[in-house]
Amino acid sequence: MTGQPPPAIEFIGIDKRFGAVHANRDIDLVIEAGTVHGLVGENGAGKSTLMSILYGFYAADRGEIRIHGRKARIASSADAIRLGIGMVHQQFMLVETMSVLENVLLGAEGSQRIAPAEKRARAALARLAADYELAVDPDAIVADLSVGEQQRVEILKTLYRGAEILILDEPTAVLTPAEANHLFRILRRLTAEGKTILLITHKLKEIMAVTDRVSVMRAGEIVADFATKETTIERLAEAMVGRRVLLEVDKGPSVPGGVELSVEDLVVTDKRGVRVVDGVSLEVRSGEIVGVAGVAGNGQSELIEAIAGIRRPSGGRIVLGGHDVGGLDPAEVRDLGLAHIPEDRHRMGLVLDFSAEENMLLGHEDDPAWAHGLLLDRGAIRRAAVAAFDAFDIRPDDPTLRAALFSGGNQQKIVVAREVARSPRVLVVGQPTRGVDIGAIEAIHRRLIELRDQGHAILLVSAELDEIRSLADRVLAMCQGRITGECRPDASETEIGLLMAGAKNAEARA
Amino acid sequence: MSASSRRDLPPIVDYAVIPLLNLAVAFLISGLVVLAIGENPFEAVAIMIRGALGYPEGVGFTLYYATDFVFTGLAVAVAFHAGLFNIGAEGQATLGGLGVALVCLSFDGAPWWLVFPFALAASMAFGAAWAFVPAWAQARRGSHIVITTIMFNYLAATLMVWVLVEMMSEPGTMSPESRTFAEATRLPFLREFLTPWGIDLGQSPLNPMVFVAGLAAVFVWLVVWRTRLGFEIRTVGKNPTAAVYAGIDPAHVVIVAMLISGALSGLLAVNEVMGTQHRLLLEFVAGAGFVGIAVALMGRSHPFGVVLASLLFGILYQGGAELAFDKPKISRDMIVVIQALVILFAGALEHMFRPALVKLFDRRRIRAEGGA
Repeated sequence: MTGQPPPAIEFIGIDKRFGAVHANRDIDLVIEAGTVHGLVGENGAGKSTLMSILYGFYAADRGEIRIHGRKARIASSADAIRLGIGMVHQQFMLVETMSVLENVLLGAEGSQRIAPAEKRARAALARLAADYELAVDPDAIVADLSVGEQQRVEILKTLYRGAEILILDEPTAVLTPAEANHLFRILRRLTAEGKTILLITHKLKEIMAVTDRVSVMRAGEIVADFATKETTIERLAEAMVGRRVLLEVDKGPSVPGGVELSVEDLVVTDKRGVRVVDGVSLEVRSGEIVGVAGVAGNGQSELIEAIAGIRRPSGGRIVLGGHDVGGLDPAEVRDLGLAHIPEDRHRMGLVLDFSAEENMLLGHEDDPAWAHGLLLDRGAIRRAAVAAFDAFDIRPDDPTLRAALFSGGNQQKIVVAREVARSPRVLVVGQPTRGVDIGAIEAIHRRLIELRDQGHAILLVSAELDEIRSLADRVLAMCQGRITGECRPDASETEIGLLMAGAKNAEARA
Repeated sequence: MSASSRRDLPPIVDYAVIPLLNLAVAFLISGLVVLAIGENPFEAVAIMIRGALGYPEGVGFTLYYATDFVFTGLAVAVAFHAGLFNIGAEGQATLGGLGVALVCLSFDGAPWWLVFPFALAASMAFGAAWAFVPAWAQARRGSHIVITTIMFNYLAATLMVWVLVEMMSEPGTMSPESRTFAEATRLPFLREFLTPWGIDLGQSPLNPMVFVAGLAAVFVWLVVWRTRLGFEIRTVGKNPTAAVYAGIDPAHVVIVAMLISGALSGLLAVNEVMGTQHRLLLEFVAGAGFVGIAVALMGRSHPFGVVLASLLFGILYQGGAELAFDKPKISRDMIVVIQALVILFAGALEHMFRPALVKLFDRRRIRAEGGA
């Protein structure tokens, strides 16, 4: 052994089962110090389990972990922190009503009296801010910070506790492109100072942009390990799914027809009286897909729920195929030709305890096709479900199974199959591929384009900019309840990103 | 495969093994209690079973008790499917009794088969009406139905005292009960039909309502699993957000489910008032409304399970009465203890053995996969 430093983390033969689920199979993985190492894989591939073992949430059944060359026993997150491992969770673990300084100190006060600890922390924060572009006002209340700033507070917390190894779980899911770029700059600075970053993400573009090495997990195993320079997005996707996938959606130009859905000056207020949708106007024509891009939580959910009749608008008009539908209930809006694929299939789109075929009834339970006198015609329901399972290649191929037993992708296909079955005039789609594996994404995207080509009007809301850009014919950006601009889908990511961040920011940075 | 797929047990385990296991533990502990007061538990079990099932009269009583429990059990089960915990079957049945008594007293002397349909309708209407107020308060005003139905049980009891003392009691008597219905208006006892066939049901008050209970179970099964209304009820019960998304009005469904629930509770009164007591008296429901909660829990809100659980409780009631008679040391309170243990293990601790069983089945599956 020469002067080469030992790897930051070595997983040696890590094995973990949950009941019959083999979540991690004999994982060997080396993370070199001072690098950004990407870990990708579909939902349920075992990434989270592996990270939970590293952070002390679970104990591995077999195998060992070495940190900086030394065998480590990690029985709790406290052990992990002592070993210099810090974790930035996807859901932030911050006390929103406290200041940045207090959050950073929380659990690391080091003394009974707060004042000296605060003084130390203040000095440390100033140093960290200067070193790593991690500037956040230490006295600001966390609730007042932007999401990107809150994430910086999370990183500051781990660094303040002396983290040498940072695990980031899907860190860009809630960031605008500009904020994501800022994060990547911070990651670069951290590795330059010798820190090690383990980045978990499903966005392959980010892997290519920021990592040094990348490992791919599938079904509990590491199936590929590349130097990022020597691989491509296509090869990563193939390794993740286990077969070749079509990442680019093949579509011709749109042929827009008449206006099917028009929204004028729509206002939706939430319980606190905040205008979460603040004067939105838009039009969707038949034969086109209009994409609404925006960081999650900027009023998109409320917009589609208002169109679908779930939320009552407090102002403005919604016109669906010539009918004013503002204030109608979801069943009435559906009868007028609207189909709605909701953002959250577990909470809204499905009844997980029902069988798949019963879920095909949801929202259409009053369809005379199912009526057999006073009873439901089980034969007709079964036939429709079987046909939908065939048409959408839903697996396992058994509509009598409970919806909860299907994978995310197949659950989403059940929702899509149900919603498009009656050839709706307008289709409103929220986050159609969130938590969906790549294979199913491909199928769902193809289906949406087909529907567009058949002349349906589609309004697509997604937090995935890539999805919007590859599917939409026109892109609207939404920020803080307002449409901040419209652009073509081939506009640069920066341009759309600036619109998503709000017009004011766009002007400021121009 | 998602992790949850492995969390499912074969239906036979979920619907048979687990309830039987719970029941076995309840009986085991009951046995220990019997042992502790110095009696032989095996002898006690033998007396109970012989008392409940060993001779026609005992069977008659067992079925008569079970009839009450089927109605209240179904009532609680229907509400469960809509995500509601209807504690008010007791009060709803009480009001059902008022309806039955009003019909029987109005048509007093008319043949029973003429009065019967009206009595059924009145019992359901009164029970449903008593359930409507808590249902409406929950659906439209957000009052919690557990609290309101409990309160309505007390209101029903108080109302009954007032009605019986002030309005219905026979002049010149001190007892708070209505006058007895004419012989012709009473539901006939089944013993009258069966004695010619050589089956002696003794003094058991078993009457045609036992068949109505069976029909009610089939009806509930059809409504819950085979109709659009049942689909809507179950959707609201399982996922109210998805119900709103689908265009189902949860408030409306809550009210309808509670009306059905109250109507089923009310039917108990026909069995008791028109079929057994032949007059309206205080507290004729005698806790059957609460037993219905245990029955629905144990029967997992499935009509078939409710019928089985009702039979079990019928056996406990009838066998328990015989046991208390035979063994002075074992009082009727002992039966209450056993019932409480059954409720504890079958209801409150329903999932106690589940994790262990899931583990057991996982291990078997792993071995099966490893061998493959």
